[in-house]
Amino acid sequence: MSARWPARLTGLLIVHFARLLTGVRATWRAGGARATQTLYFANHTSHGDFVLVWTTLPPDLRATTRPVAAADYWRASALRRFIGQQVFRALLIERERLHKGIDPIAQMADALRGGDSLIMFPEGTRNATDAPLLPLKSGLFHLARQCPEVRLVPVWIENLRRVLPKGSFLPVPLACVVHYGEPLALAAGEGKSDFLERARAALMALRPDYDNDYNHEQR
Amino acid sequence: MNPSSPDFSDATLMLFGGVGGVLIFASTVAAILKWRVAGNAPHSVIDNLTARINAWWIMVAVIGLSFVFGKGGVVTLFYFLSFFALREFITLAYTRRGDHGAIALAFFVALPVQYWLLWTEWYGMYSIFIPVYAFLVLPIFSAFGGDTTRFLERTAKVQWGLMVCVYCVSHVPALLTLQIPGFEGRNLLLIAFLVIVVQGSDVLQYVWGKLFGKRKVAPELSPSKTMEGLVGGVASATALGASLYWITPFTPSQAAALAFVICVMGFLGGLVMSAIKRDRGVKDWGMMIEGHGGMLDRLDSVVFAAPIFFHCVRYWWVP
Repeated sequence: MSARWPARLTGLLIVHFARLLTGVRATWRAGGARATQTLYFANHTSHGDFVLVWTTLPPDLRATTRPVAAADYWRASALRRFIGQQVFRALLIERERLHKGIDPIAQMADALRGGDSLIMFPEGTRNATDAPLLPLKSGLFHLARQCPEVRLVPVWIENLRRVLPKGSFLPVPLACVVHYGEPLALAAGEGKSDFLERARAALMALRPDYDNDYNHEQR
Repeated sequence: MNPSSPDFSDATLMLFGGVGGVLIFASTVAAILKWRVAGNAPHSVIDNLTARINAWWIMVAVIGLSFVFGKGGVVTLFYFLSFFALREFITLAYTRRGDHGAIALAFFVALPVQYWLLWTEWYGMYSIFIPVYAFLVLPIFSAFGGDTTRFLERTAKVQWGLMVCVYCVSHVPALLTLQIPGFEGRNLLLIAFLVIVVQGSDVLQYVWGKLFGKRKVAPELSPSKTMEGLVGGVASATALGASLYWITPFTPSQAAALAFVICVMGFLGGLVMSAIKRDRGVKDWGMMIEGHGGMLDRLDSVVFAAPIFFHCVRYWWVP
């Protein structure tokens, strides 16, 4: 929490750069940000996704909200290690199941039990397809079961895919909106596929209408 | 031309004084309406009116500040207006991964180059740079993207964005480059004339429409535009333009004729930009300006009026 000043300064720079580029705004379906421990689960289209979620959270909540990110990417260089670990205090998880014994779900559940809020992307990877959302992995369900006291807030990140598409290094300025939905809770006795279907519907319901129109046309 | 016209700084002060007076009047009326009609309770129309007037205070202050810095200030201001407008336009346009290069080119090359050409007053180039060079180069970049899905539509949208948000908007500061005999050093007042008439026309159409509006002009495009608002607004804004002849190189009847052209183009521009918004299923271009919507919602009439006004003045007043 007491990040040192280079990390804090870098964090502020990143937030202001994100604002300048995307003019990002947040919409909240349920009142506004709350200082309750929360697992934000969002659609994933760009490396900048968690930056936008982080930017639209109030500064005091940022300090306790950690993105869940891929260890192989964020350990790959000194700069990434600094940004990932010092600035965002990312919870790094192994995507390749080479590291036997390290269960990403257990890692996330531990962090939640430690009192942190998390930003996670239940699709598991960045979506570069024409489909609006990839099938959700089961991790979200296991976390909901293991940590029932944590609020689950669906988040739809609009447009960022176009700002910085997969494989591109030059971001272009486009307006982005981060839509925060109403919290979702695991119902008593609810099965995995039912819950994931509900989580998926909650995400899809946050998409702006003009996005929906397009997908009708494309079919 | 107009030997009795006051000197530049007097005229500018009088203009801003007048605009400030109108805004004080508008804020007072809104406060009284809020108190008498709404009883200080939330009221959507009056609250929107107040938000619009407050935004006007800020917009007038920003334009005033840019005038203080002269050409540099105005060119910088319109550079940023173009940037925000283009960001709104491309945000709502359908593009795909393959357009990324073309969009980057529009933002990071075409936009700065257009304003740089304007700054150097190279008319022969800034008048063709986007319609010719950007027009040809953008689709080449999109083609390199290798994705043919709805290719023409995607390319056309980026080109349109540049034309509307950069090329057309840049014709406001381009007024500074016109060399009108007997009017040297006062070109900022041409910008003031255009902005006051075009925005005055929007405001007066809104006021006339709210007071007397019955018959809709274009219900499919813009449900709030009425015949009464259009006729009343254009007529009164034309009169407003004529009454401003003393800040321009025009006679009163010339000022009226130009103001009329500005109002009509502004109205039609608003219709065209509304049609684009309806097609995309949104009411506003963005949320930048409280009560007004996005930057393009405020600029849509300027976009269509500015190049025509520029060319009329250039054709008839520049030797």
